[in-house]
Amino acid sequence: MSAISVSQLCKSYDGRQAVQDLSFEVQKGETFALLGPNGAGKTTTIEILEGYRQADSGSVSVLGLDPEKQAAELKRRTGLVLQTTALEPELTIKETITAFARLYGAPREIAAVLVDVNLAHLQDNRVGNLSGGQKRRLEIALGIVGDPELIFLDEPTTGLDPEARRKIWTLIQRLNDNGSTIVLSSHYMDEVQALASRMAIMVDGQIAAEGRPRDLQRQHCTHSTIRFDADGKLPAGFPAKLAPITTVHDGHAELVLEDPAPALGILMSWAEAEGHDLSSISVTRQNLEDIYLQLVSQRQAKPQGATP
Amino acid sequence: MLIQEAIHQLRLFSRRPAAVFFVIAMPLVLLIVLTQLFGNEKIQGLGLNTAQFYTPALAVFGVVMACFTYLAVSTATARDLGILKRVRGTPMPPAVYICARIIAVSVIAFVSLVLVIATGALVFGVEIIWERAPAAAVVAVAGALCFASLGMMVTALFRSSETVQAASSAAIMPLAFVSDIFVRPSTETSEWVPLIGNLFPLRHFSIAFQRAFDYAYEGNGFALPDADGVVYSILPHMGVMALWGIGAAIIAARFFRWEPRAI
Repeated sequence: MSAISVSQLCKSYDGRQAVQDLSFEVQKGETFALLGPNGAGKTTTIEILEGYRQADSGSVSVLGLDPEKQAAELKRRTGLVLQTTALEPELTIKETITAFARLYGAPREIAAVLVDVNLAHLQDNRVGNLSGGQKRRLEIALGIVGDPELIFLDEPTTGLDPEARRKIWTLIQRLNDNGSTIVLSSHYMDEVQALASRMAIMVDGQIAAEGRPRDLQRQHCTHSTIRFDADGKLPAGFPAKLAPITTVHDGHAELVLEDPAPALGILMSWAEAEGHDLSSISVTRQNLEDIYLQLVSQRQAKPQGATP
Repeated sequence: MLIQEAIHQLRLFSRRPAAVFFVIAMPLVLLIVLTQLFGNEKIQGLGLNTAQFYTPALAVFGVVMACFTYLAVSTATARDLGILKRVRGTPMPPAVYICARIIAVSVIAFVSLVLVIATGALVFGVEIIWERAPAAAVVAVAGALCFASLGMMVTALFRSSETVQAASSAAIMPLAFVSDIFVRPSTETSEWVPLIGNLFPLRHFSIAFQRAFDYAYEGNGFALPDADGVVYSILPHMGVMALWGIGAAIIAARFFRWEPRAI
């Protein structure tokens, strides 16, 4: 059964279309990620699902509920981590979690939550003295203390250092292992690849690509790049067959090919025969990050509101 | 949930030294300074000692600092920090959260009021007329609710904690001077000062509360016949406070926003 079902969702602010005809499903128990640059409509989408905003049109169902009309029931069953940090600096970590726990009918054990987010040793510290990563982990604690079926994490690691991000990843992976459904938004492809079982790349309020990271990789990452050092122009005697498809810039020669093997064969025999030094050669398959950047730049090059 | 949230709000207040100073200590300091400044003797034309006048006046000021200024500024600050928005994402009903904040500031106001009156009585020999305590309590509760309502209105009309802070101070400080709080009424005051004061709820709050300490009158405090038998009633004052309070509540409910201003 679907935990979330979104169909033809539209939302605009002052005539600017933030989300346009958006449709997707999230299955129970999966970690679903919305990936996209700033202004892609990720937060708008999540805040409609959370019940903070009203859709202009389209239908939204979260845990079988309508976020507008059944907000009270929805809030009992979901946990939130909003995009911006919102904590009272005067309270201690433990007081903050306790204050949230009492708002839920059957909250989780506070001591267990403290251990889960790795803040037990700091439980009596004032929130105002915590680092950015610690504050974010505390907010995740507030998101899970009500023992929710569904957790929304809006850009949980934006602005954090790499170590703090890793710690939060581990924490999110553990949440998913416990069977919670997770909806995550992010602008980092590495984060989405590490955490999400399925993802949608959002650009300009629309989904540009959707699927499991592995499938997207297979569908979209169709080219490899062969690269080696070359000074300004191709070396003398370079194989004529490859010369038309080889470009030279910034001290590199590059060939972009679906299947790099035949070209590699030609290059190798040429280098061996001519005694040319090819020790700088590398072959890289396109990765999802490249695909993501490509989709973002393609879409953003189009005029606002254009259909794909 | 309501009581727990009110206790939570009281804990937050206790951790904010600046707020504790302005709400709890400032009225006490003013009471001591003003009484020393003017000397604790009979005020001409009023028949009261300096402290007998300033004690209820500054008790009212403390209530207003808690219910109006602190409520408005702390709520606006919580909104700026995104805390109000976050609270909306929990199962706590919004009305419970707002009521808990109002209960919390009312408790703070009560503590401030009791401290001012106790200091007046113990240090400056202010006479407490116990039979008027119920009337004084009714006036204090009405004033607390009226100014809490005004505080929420200011938070609703201004979008950041800085502007809320500025607006609430700009409203209260001048009014306190024309509302028989900082300045003792005297025969030399021009006639328009009380007229302006009477348009706003603060003077009605302070006069109605001061009557409970005014031994020039007799009676239980709700209706006070003076020496000539003219009955002085607190009802008109309560009426003005009710009008302002209800009006402010309607405006607050209409314009209140939970989300911080978009950056």
